[in-house]
Amino acid sequence: MKAIIHVGLKPGVLDPQGRAISRSLNDLGFEEVAAARQGKVIELDLTGDDSTAAKARVTEMCEKLLANTVIESYRVEIED
Amino acid sequence: MKTAVITFPASNCNRDAAVALEKVTGVKPEMVWHRESELPSGIKFVVLPGGFSYGDYLRCGAMASRSPIVKDLVEKANKGLAIAGFCNGFQVLTEAGLLPGALMRNRGLKFVCRPEKLNITNSNSRYTSKYGDVTEVTYPVAHHDGNYYADDDTLNKLEKQGQVIFRYANNPNGSARDIAGICNEAGNVFGMMPHPERAIDPLHGGTDGLGLFKSIIESI
Repeated sequence: MKAIIHVGLKPGVLDPQGRAISRSLNDLGFEEVAAARQGKVIELDLTGDDSTAAKARVTEMCEKLLANTVIESYRVEIED
Repeated sequence: MKTAVITFPASNCNRDAAVALEKVTGVKPEMVWHRESELPSGIKFVVLPGGFSYGDYLRCGAMASRSPIVKDLVEKANKGLAIAGFCNGFQVLTEAGLLPGALMRNRGLKFVCRPEKLNITNSNSRYTSKYGDVTEVTYPVAHHDGNYYADDDTLNKLEKQGQVIFRYANNPNGSARDIAGICNEAGNVFGMMPHPERAIDPLHGGTDGLGLFKSIIESI
């Protein structure tokens, strides 16, 4: 199994890197870009085949290490 | 008095911190490697130094805050042990949950490295009591991720309880409410992005940092 974890800044938390990205895209002529948010994707290869249990374990990993919940939110997907 | 400096892989201000502690206490501090599971006995004050622990992987201070020695520090901090984190050490303390908030990428996106004027906003704290009538000090800053963030409720609480110890005179990184240094509710744990340990000798360009070390050591 694979776990795909998307970690990003919570809404309302200023994202200076996202702001720089959207400005740069505007400069390249992509005027339709109103805002950008930058996050990260973490992929884990997991042993076992119980996807419900895996999701609970990966959520625990997010709370303990992979995300800083003061500023970040996360989303977990489990792929077979 | 026995003190200690924790060293993580890629700490780079651990020796500066050790020199500062020896200058103020007259005794060389214990240098404690991050894999140790317990502080040596009798340590009264611990510094988490600046640097780029674990290459700033994942988030600044994230890996270091989960190391064996920091687990021991969290337990001891909750029992009153005095701990200060400067720069990366401040990031480690927030990641470990010993101080509220988080340090984010500087608002200007640039690494900022220069002397920075700070206002002492609580001169009664254990980390500033020896400054007397001095309300303004200059410490160097050197960081890319020093933009202090906390939600409004947390910021209000910090201000109300006198936990904001230093503010930037000219905010270099976008920190909320110009906050440069904070302590926990009990006042024993303190963190700041600027480097007092790099302002303890005339050859550094100033000795404003000495007062901070003298304050905390005298309070113990």
